[in-house]
Amino acid sequence: MRWLLLKDLQILRRSPLLVGLLIVYPVVISLLIGFALSRGPDKPKVAFVNEVPEAEQTISVSGDRVDIAGYSDRLFERVDPVPASSREEALKMVEDGEVLGALVIPEDSARKLQRAVALGGSADKPTVEVIYNASGPLQGQLVQSLVDSTLAEANAAIGEKITQIAAGYLNILLRGGSFSLFGQDFDILGLQDTEKILGQQAADLPQGSAQRAQLERIERFARLAVENLGFSDEILSSISSPIEVKQTPVGGSASTSLASFAVAASVVFSLMFVCVLLAAGMLALEREEHAYGRLVRGLVSRGKLLVEKVLLAAACALPVGLVMLVVVALLADLDWGGAPKWVVGVLAAGLAFGALGVAIGAVAREVRAASLLAFGLSLPIAFLALVPAGTVADALYEVIRVVSAAFPFKPALNAMDAALNDNGDLWPPIAHLLALTVAYVALARIALRRFG
Amino acid sequence: MPGVVTLRAEALSKAFGARSALRDVSFELTSGERVAVIGPNGAGKTTLLSLLAGLQRATGGSVSLPPEQIGWVPQQAAVYKRLSVRENLRLFARLERVDDPDAAVDRALELTGLADRAKDELSTLSGGNQQRVNIAIGLLADPPVLLLDEPSSSLDPRQRAILWEFIDGLADAGTAVMFATHEIDEAQRHADRILVLADGELIFTGTADELHAAGGGDPDLVVAFVSLLEAQGH
Repeated sequence: MRWLLLKDLQILRRSPLLVGLLIVYPVVISLLIGFALSRGPDKPKVAFVNEVPEAEQTISVSGDRVDIAGYSDRLFERVDPVPASSREEALKMVEDGEVLGALVIPEDSARKLQRAVALGGSADKPTVEVIYNASGPLQGQLVQSLVDSTLAEANAAIGEKITQIAAGYLNILLRGGSFSLFGQDFDILGLQDTEKILGQQAADLPQGSAQRAQLERIERFARLAVENLGFSDEILSSISSPIEVKQTPVGGSASTSLASFAVAASVVFSLMFVCVLLAAGMLALEREEHAYGRLVRGLVSRGKLLVEKVLLAAACALPVGLVMLVVVALLADLDWGGAPKWVVGVLAAGLAFGALGVAIGAVAREVRAASLLAFGLSLPIAFLALVPAGTVADALYEVIRVVSAAFPFKPALNAMDAALNDNGDLWPPIAHLLALTVAYVALARIALRRFG
Repeated sequence: MPGVVTLRAEALSKAFGARSALRDVSFELTSGERVAVIGPNGAGKTTLLSLLAGLQRATGGSVSLPPEQIGWVPQQAAVYKRLSVRENLRLFARLERVDDPDAAVDRALELTGLADRAKDELSTLSGGNQQRVNIAIGLLADPPVLLLDEPSSSLDPRQRAILWEFIDGLADAGTAVMFATHEIDEAQRHADRILVLADGELIFTGTADELHAAGGGDPDLVVAFVSLLEAQGH
C-alpha cells in the first residue's frame, strides 16, 4: 500500500495545476463563506415575553401619553415573534431550538423608561433581556445583529419623541413663552426678545446708565438658558439609548466569536474540497488509467486500495489545514497552545472527507463525473450544516440535522471549533468523524463491485 | 518436443445473473506455447482471460495456477501516464513483491528495448511503446504464463510487427503465451494452437490447419472460421 501512496504523491507532485487548484479554490471559497456567515436568514423566530403590567403599557412624555406596544411592534418588523407566557418558557424554547432567541421585557421596564425620558434623565435605564442559544456562534451573531438593529430602531423611535420635547424647550428659549417644571411656572423672555430689549436699551439709555428691572429680566433669562443647556446633555443621553440590553447565552460556552468560527469554517471548507476531490479523483483515475484491474487481481485488495486513498487525502489535508491555521494564527488571535488539537481535528476531518471522496469516486467511476458529484454533493451539505436552529421550521431543521450528521462537514466543523476555540468537547465530533470514515469506506467497498 | 503443462483450466464457467458468459471451458497450456483465443464479439474471450487472471471469480470450474503466478496484460495499457517508464515498472515490481525490484526493472527495460526511454513519462511515449511497457509489467514477476487481451488492437502495422516479434521471443524463452484477438490472421501467424469460443462455449481447439479443415477446408482461414461458427449454429 505504501508504494501506491508514494505513486499517488508522485503523480500529484507532477500536477502543479491540480495541486494549485485544490489549495487555492478552497481557500477562496472559505474566505467567501467566512464573509457570508455574517448574514442570517430573514424573519427568524424570536420568543417574546412582555412582563409589563397592562396598566403601565403607556408612559407619559411631557404630558403626552405614549403607547409602548406601538414601539414593540416596530421591534418585531424584522423577526417572527412567538409569544411566551414567562421567561422560563422562553428560555426552554431557546434551549430546545424552537426559536432563535428570546426577548424578555421585565416588569419594571415602563417605569424606568418613564424616568429615563423625563426631562432630568435617569441613570437607571430600562433593561430588556435577550436570551440566545450559544451552542453555535452563528445563532449568537444572528441574535446580536437582530438585537442591535431592532433596539436601535426602538431607541430611535423613543428618541424621536424626546427630540420633539427638547425642540419645544429650545423654541421657548428662542421665542419666549411659559412652561412648568417641578410644579413651578416660568415665564421666559426668549432670545429674540432679549435681543430686541437689549437693542432698545442700548439705543435709549445714555452712555453709562442702566434700567435695573430690564437687566434683571435679562439676567434671569441668561441663568435659565444656562441651566437648560445643562439639561440638554442628559436629554441627549436619553435620546441616544433610553433602553439597555442584557444578553443571556444558553446551551454553550459562547466563547466562539464569528471571526473564530469563520476560521474554523474556512479550514473545514478547504479540507472538504481537497480531500473529497482528491480521494474521489484518484480512485476514479485508477480506473481511467486501466490500472484498477491490474491492481486488484492480487497485488492489492480492494479494501486496501480504498484505505490508501483515504490516507492520501488525510496526508494532504494535514499540510493544507495546518498551513492555513498557521497563517491565520500569525495574523489573528489563535491560541497556539491548542495546536495538538488542531492536528487531531485536521487529521480526523481529512480521513472522513477522504472516505466520502472514495465513496463518490467508486460510485461515479470517472474522474470528471466524480469531481462534479463531489462538488454537487459537498456544497449543499456544507451550507445545510450552517443553518442555525430556529431559523427554519422545526421539522425541516430536524431533517437538516440528520442529513448534516450523515456527512462529515458538520462534525468536522464542530471538531475544528472545539480545537481552535475550545468550544465544547473535541472527542465526540472526532468519534463521529471516525464512524463516518468507516461507514463511507464500507459504502465505497460495496460500490467497487461494479467499478472495474 | 511438447512442453510441460503449466496451466490447466477445467470446466470454467461464469454467469452474470441468469446470463451465462462462459460454460464448461477446459484446456491446457504448455510452456513455450502460443495459444490464440478467437471468437465473435460477446463470445467470452475477455471473460475467459479475466477468470484466468483473477480479475473475476469463476462461478464454476478451476484453474491450476493462482492469479499471482500468471502475467496479465490488459487490452488497454494499464499504466500511470504521469510516471516514467522506470517508475511504473518499479511500482508494479514492488507491488508484485519481486525479490529484487531494481533488477527486475532493468531486465524488463532490456526485454522491451526501452532502456533509453526509462526516464520518460508514459504520456510522452507512442501507443506501441506504452503497450510494450504494459507487457513488461506483466512480465516483471517472471510468470510461467502470460495472458494478453487483444494486445495489438491499438497499434499500427509497424508497431504490431515489433510487438509480435517481442511476444514470439517470450514464447521461445519458455513462457506460455495466451492471447485473445479479433485478427484471425494474427492467430494463424503467431499461435501454435487456436481456441474458438462462441456464445461462451469452447467449440474448437487445434492448430490453424485443423481449423481450416473444421471449417470446410477453405484456404482462407477467416472463411473457414465463419463456416465453423455457422456449422455449430452460432
